Amino acid sequence: MLHLSVTELAAELSRGAFSSVELTRACLDRIRRRNPQLNAFITVSEESALAEAAGADRARAKGDTRSLLGIPLAHKDIFCTRGLPTTCGSRMLQHFLPPYDAGVVERLREAGAVLLGKTNMDEFAMGSSNETSFFGPVRNPHDPEKVPGGSSGGSAAAVAGGLCPMATGTDTGGSIRQPASFCGITGFKPSYGRVSRWGMIAFASSLDQAGTLTRTAADAALMMQAMAGLDPRDSTSVDRPVEDYVGEPGRSLRGLRVGVPLPHFTGGLGAGVEQGVRAALGELEKAGAELIDIDLPNNHLSVPAYYVVAPAEASANLSRFDGVRYGYRCEDPKDLEDLYTRTRSEGFGDEVKRRILVGTYALSAGYYDAYYIKAQRIRRLIRQDFARAFNEVDVIAGPTSPHVAFAHGAKADPVEMYLEDIFTIAVNLAGLPAISIPAGYDQGLPFGLHIIGPDFSEARVLGIARQFQQLTDWHLQLPRDTHLPRRAREGAS
Amino acid sequence: MNLGIIRAREANLPQPLNTPEIDKIATLARLRVSPGEAGEVAARISEILGLIDQMRAVDTDGVEPLAHPLDAVQRLRADEVSETDRREELLALAPASRDGLFLVPKVIE
Amino acid sequence: MEWETVIGLEVHVQLSTRSKLFSGTSTAFGAAPNSQANIYDLAMPGTLPVLNGEALRMAVRFGLAINAEISRKSVFDRKNYFYPDLPKGYQTSQLEFPTVGRGAIVIHLDDGSEKEIGVTRAHMEEDAGKSLHEEFATDSGIDLNRAGTPLLEIVSEPDLRSAGEAVAYLKKLHSIVRYLDISDGDMSQGSMRCDANVSIRRPGAELGTRTEIKNVNSFRFVEKAIHYEVRRQQDVLEDGGTIVQETRLYDSVRDETRPMRGKEVANDYRYFPEPDLLPVVIDEELIEQVRAGLPELPDARRQRFREEFGLSDYDAGVLTASREAADYFEQTASACGDAKLAANWVSVELQGLLNRENLSIAESPINAPSLAGLISRIKDGTISGKIAKTVFEHLAGGETDVDELIEREGLRQVTDTGEIEKLVARVIAENAPQAQQYRDGRQQVLGYLVGQAMKLSRGKANPAQVNQLLREKLQP
Repeated sequence: MLHLSVTELAAELSRGAFSSVELTRACLDRIRRRNPQLNAFITVSEESALAEAAGADRARAKGDTRSLLGIPLAHKDIFCTRGLPTTCGSRMLQHFLPPYDAGVVERLREAGAVLLGKTNMDEFAMGSSNETSFFGPVRNPHDPEKVPGGSSGGSAAAVAGGLCPMATGTDTGGSIRQPASFCGITGFKPSYGRVSRWGMIAFASSLDQAGTLTRTAADAALMMQAMAGLDPRDSTSVDRPVEDYVGEPGRSLRGLRVGVPLPHFTGGLGAGVEQGVRAALGELEKAGAELIDIDLPNNHLSVPAYYVVAPAEASANLSRFDGVRYGYRCEDPKDLEDLYTRTRSEGFGDEVKRRILVGTYALSAGYYDAYYIKAQRIRRLIRQDFARAFNEVDVIAGPTSPHVAFAHGAKADPVEMYLEDIFTIAVNLAGLPAISIPAGYDQGLPFGLHIIGPDFSEARVLGIARQFQQLTDWHLQLPRDTHLPRRAREGAS
Repeated sequence: MNLGIIRAREANLPQPLNTPEIDKIATLARLRVSPGEAGEVAARISEILGLIDQMRAVDTDGVEPLAHPLDAVQRLRADEVSETDRREELLALAPASRDGLFLVPKVIE
Repeated sequence: MEWETVIGLEVHVQLSTRSKLFSGTSTAFGAAPNSQANIYDLAMPGTLPVLNGEALRMAVRFGLAINAEISRKSVFDRKNYFYPDLPKGYQTSQLEFPTVGRGAIVIHLDDGSEKEIGVTRAHMEEDAGKSLHEEFATDSGIDLNRAGTPLLEIVSEPDLRSAGEAVAYLKKLHSIVRYLDISDGDMSQGSMRCDANVSIRRPGAELGTRTEIKNVNSFRFVEKAIHYEVRRQQDVLEDGGTIVQETRLYDSVRDETRPMRGKEVANDYRYFPEPDLLPVVIDEELIEQVRAGLPELPDARRQRFREEFGLSDYDAGVLTASREAADYFEQTASACGDAKLAANWVSVELQGLLNRENLSIAESPINAPSLAGLISRIKDGTISGKIAKTVFEHLAGGETDVDELIEREGLRQVTDTGEIEKLVARVIAENAPQAQQYRDGRQQVLGYLVGQAMKLSRGKANPAQVNQLLREKLQP
């Protein structure tokens, strides 16, 4: 049952093919076997998961038909879970037990999902390889020598490795889409404001958005249906109706205008990935979509602008970690300054410290206009580029990442690592919805097709991805070592 | 070879950050950068600033800064007390507390 | 050569909302430490702010009251610094786009003149918690109950020229926020706090270097702290020294200011727009709604009291300084129909009583209808002005029915001519030598004889009648 999608599991559970307890037990067994190598989970909550599963089975017996009832779920360890450790991949929060649940956690619980545990991540979501976690690197189920991508690498590896059928992630600059691409699964980032940020530990508040990691786009739609919606506790959560993501896609591929951004096909794009992505675009074309070349003239400025905005916001967001009210505190501080400085220097890892320093510098007197204000102006230009493009096209599609998963330790230079997100970051700066769906293999490793939609076009983006997955079976190919059978594609049975 | 430094030079970064500048921002951020690390940290940060400096070449005169992707306005909350006293539960999370207070090393004002 | 003092005040006023600026935690004063500090207030990771609409309306209310510009769009910023009483490591405040822009406050000076003091801006921000340094030997204790309480920081132009003007401005501000019912303005509880920027210069010269005196917590201390600081600056400059721009604390025990310690780390607050909050848009509808609910403000009321009740500017000023006193007076005056007597009784007798008992007018043991009843009885001659004080003491003791108490205590004024004639005859008989002196032309003895008659009547005789009858009887 571990190879089934959420959509299929829901059908099997409701048919009574197996119980949620059996399914949950199977996931826990697999975690026990695979996690020592993959290191995808930081915390596994066996007892509560089985109790929740038993509760789901009882509810089902009484006629409960909630969409995700009894389906095992993992949360990225950035979402606060009441009474369950929430570390954000950091020593700073190694023993932190939040006294509250994140909005996303509440909503998925309300939809009936069973929480297995918390997944590994780059420390405070700062990274593109999942190598900055205090709890050690995560390995890619397709090849343990390779990184799973980051920062939601634990969630991506858990889903790709068959440890759980669905997981949450967060995406500040590509942190859902890039690991989805590297692990050969579907990663969806909704529009900024579509999903509550309450209880999601902030990295860069104006960029962070919660999303999904699943095998299929139909699964992402199911999760999103539960997650999306206004949360009055989050001022940036939008008050607009949630569309139907699960029903028949409203928009067929025929006549769909797909923008192909020139800047995404130049520079560092690997030949194998380029070929594969062009083939994927060809599939869309065959199904009746029209491919239209577009320019995003300021795309090359997205990484520089991002590396001002995100560290600036992070430098303030991470000031609360001071060893006073919760979290790590250094031993025997000799005075207040020592308490602050040692707690923070010992509690944070190098990448987090580096970004705090960059952000502090960008905001400091004399540099604010040259860096922060400049970046915000560029941010507007980037958003305008997209707005202009969406006058001509319905969606934009290209590669998620310039290449497939790289080896652990391959990118020691921070700037090189930052350029990993060259195709994804602009989307966060503009606040748009986007998805990465499996689109092929290069050098034996998967890569993704990136589809970007205009503001709040979640239904459109998910619908197109679902239709693409009816035409292709890349999303059904599992890592070699999982020994799970290949499955028929959605809708093709 | 340090790629970062080369990139920084190419981007016409005025000067890589020097140690006193690193000290200043480290102090503001309450982070310790030991003398041994200062050079490395300065180089890394200069490299990032070199990347960032690509923005300088772009003319953004007259472009309104965008702080937020949403073109929305702040919602207002009714002035109601919705929280209850959870002091014992919350203080239990603190590394050091006594008599209902959080503790820090003595502050002299 | 003369020095000119230049003062600007930054006044923090705690807005009297029920809940905090960005969270639903109670703001009630005096709760056990940290019992009003919840997850947002403690800056738990992932928690987010939502703006309290009432706090915003209060800020607008203040802005409209001082004829200030109200920003159609205001923006909250993060002001970054580390301190244990600041849980998030930044204070959410407003830098570039405050809710309230330029306005003005008129102060009344002792010489009867008026002066307009510019208000640069008033911005919304959250209060910090409290550090308690005396509780433990080696640690400071942190109480975060106050953290997140809404504040309005009102910044004046450097238009104030003396400690007296500064206090007059502060009292006026106090009066305005109380009239508006947006703060209790209680300086002793910290709901109104004042930082003073003080510099001196030769008249006509450029502004001198200023020092900032922090957190002075009473009107009197503001005056004393400024006096001290001005003298100190004069001494420094006259000795050929220079003033260092710095933050100083006022020590009320030693009556001096001294530089604050522990601020050696140069501040660079790195303000930037708070990304967890969106721009605050204030539309015409909200402004008009708030405007419609504005009460009559002290200056307007002072003017009206002069015109409607014929009070002197001084009396009108005293009576309108607090909304409660003005309400009390107005109720009393309307009920008794004699504004001047009412003004006198409220500002002299009642105020004296309240001062002695250390009570506010809201806690007055005598309510306005009772005081109006007493005044009515003076007016219609039922009791004398002197006896009225006796009645007043009874009221202060908790009685409320003036007429019942006059009857019971037999305090009614004696106006019966027959009775007064008897009284006068007795006085003349018992004070023959003095009577003779008067007849001999020593007019001033009459006062003594009237006094004797009043004493005999135990104050109840009508003094005018006694006076007249005595004159008649002693006519030579």
